[in-house]
Amino acid sequence: MKMMTRATVLLLALATAACTNPDRFGGAGGADGANGANGANGANGGLAGSANDPASPQFFNQTIGDRVLFAVDTSTITPTGKTILDGQAQWLQTNADYRAVIEGHADEQGTREYNLALGQRRANAVREYLVSRGVPSSRLQVTSFGKERPIEVCSEESCYAKNRRAVTVLSFSSITS
Amino acid sequence: MMNKVIAVLFLWVVAFSVHAQTNDDRPLIVITDGVTEPLPFALPQFQAENSAASQISADITRLVAQDLAGTGLFREIPATSFISRVSSFTQPIAYADWRAINAQGLITGAVTVNGNQLVVKFRLYDVFSGQELGQGQQLVGTVDGWRRMAHKVADATYSRITGEGGYFDSRVVFVSESGPKDNRQKRLAIMDYDGANLQFLTDSSAIVLAPRFSPNGDRVLYTSFESGFPRINVLNVGNVSRQQLGTAQGEMAFSPRFSRDGRQVIYSLSNGGNTDIYRTDLGTGQHVRLTSAPSIETAPSLSPDGSQIVFESDRSGTQQLYIMPANGGDARRISFGDGRYGTPVWSPRGDLVAFTKQNAGRFHIGVMRTDGSEERLLTSSFLDEGPTWSPNGRVIMFSRETQGAGGTSSMYSVDISGRNLKAVPVQGGASDPSWGPLQP
Repeated sequence: MKMMTRATVLLLALATAACTNPDRFGGAGGADGANGANGANGANGGLAGSANDPASPQFFNQTIGDRVLFAVDTSTITPTGKTILDGQAQWLQTNADYRAVIEGHADEQGTREYNLALGQRRANAVREYLVSRGVPSSRLQVTSFGKERPIEVCSEESCYAKNRRAVTVLSFSSITS
Repeated sequence: MMNKVIAVLFLWVVAFSVHAQTNDDRPLIVITDGVTEPLPFALPQFQAENSAASQISADITRLVAQDLAGTGLFREIPATSFISRVSSFTQPIAYADWRAINAQGLITGAVTVNGNQLVVKFRLYDVFSGQELGQGQQLVGTVDGWRRMAHKVADATYSRITGEGGYFDSRVVFVSESGPKDNRQKRLAIMDYDGANLQFLTDSSAIVLAPRFSPNGDRVLYTSFESGFPRINVLNVGNVSRQQLGTAQGEMAFSPRFSRDGRQVIYSLSNGGNTDIYRTDLGTGQHVRLTSAPSIETAPSLSPDGSQIVFESDRSGTQQLYIMPANGGDARRISFGDGRYGTPVWSPRGDLVAFTKQNAGRFHIGVMRTDGSEERLLTSSFLDEGPTWSPNGRVIMFSRETQGAGGTSSMYSVDISGRNLKAVPVQGGASDPSWGPLQP
């Protein structure tokens, strides 16, 4: 009974994350491949207040911060980024049932192939940092979307700055690739 | 939602004349950077040899004219200025009448339709010298395949006039795009070089990128995010079956191209933040690492003789172009201009490398010789990238993305002279073209 309740809460929490995390594309007409890696999709979540639960993915995404940003054509973790990743590492160690796929992204100012490689570099920099803070490497996978999934659509630095990111996407189920 | 790929055409070519071409196959025009005046040609509507052929003969004539004029190397003389009428495919040519309207080339043809069989005959004349250029030809195919017949006529004409291979009877595989910039749907599509006969090869359930034709056009390599991780698929164009190139967990594979024999794939593999170039044999699955630098090595493209690979690397600090032996080894840098260089593609003739250049906030498609000399930028825009060569190495197709929140991608073509820039007519967004070979 206890197990059942826990599973239900997790399912709802993941569903909520799916609705608010812009990196979880899909839904109507989309169902993009990335959803396959992330697990959660669709259901009408909306568990209000779960961000107040420090063990919730919502808390991870919003309170700690699920992403770090990068300067142009770099994969160096900034001091602000380190603070966020310290929080992520602590959360991941506390909530050992979760795994994460770190998704690297680039802004549109670059060629497609290079940006895929650059996104991988960024995601890997985050992975290495989290591992250095004690998260088992077996729980972290890395992918890159290059410039394929901007969250901001203008063609100015204000948007580019938010698109040059690495997002730590939690999943409860085991990762296959 | 997979569409079946077009049924294979049965098409063959029969030469009328018994004798081989002699020295009258000397080109009427030699394509150089200096050619600016298009060669005027007359193309009277092909004779319909039976009533069933009347519409299709008009359609074929229009398409031949469109192919030729579309190159920018030829100019069609409007039929309203014709003095002579061509009422039979076999009648002698009144050269003086065609000279009088300044036609340098004259193409005549005749079309017959029997059920679904289509027969097209055509002849090409050099009006100034008053001679037939090469041999008359007869093409036999199907009514459904009439566009290919017209492209064949245009290819033969182009080839005889310029002395170079044509590119009209060819196809392009690309990424068809829809939806907003932050949730763009992408699917593989294939079309004729002129945008006709569009067909989808995948649905939009996963992001797909950068398809690349095999040398004979039977398969397509592309990168897919089906698994959430970029992986390389090989797709059979005939039956749209696909197979994933073996990749270990934790690795990303992308930027593939076929070897010239179609049996191997060169591509990029990323692992632990490092991207290098590898080669996998499609038959044995055996793979070889070709670069091992801590920098990003990607976008490999083989020379036509298969002996060398041009690729991009940021080992110097920014993206630049390098050439190395096909089995790996010492690489020499070939790009030294301002800015960054990426996506190199070796020309089918072997003499040039096409690339994307990023400099001072603009993107360009350009070409340079394989030693890096004679760099020439052909385009300039907010975002041009990903050149692909026409089968004859005269034209480059590429993606152009427009700026801002409503930015969309479309495909353009441009001559390697930098002239004749034009949009490739495709419904909806389109990117990442790969130009296939001339069809048999």
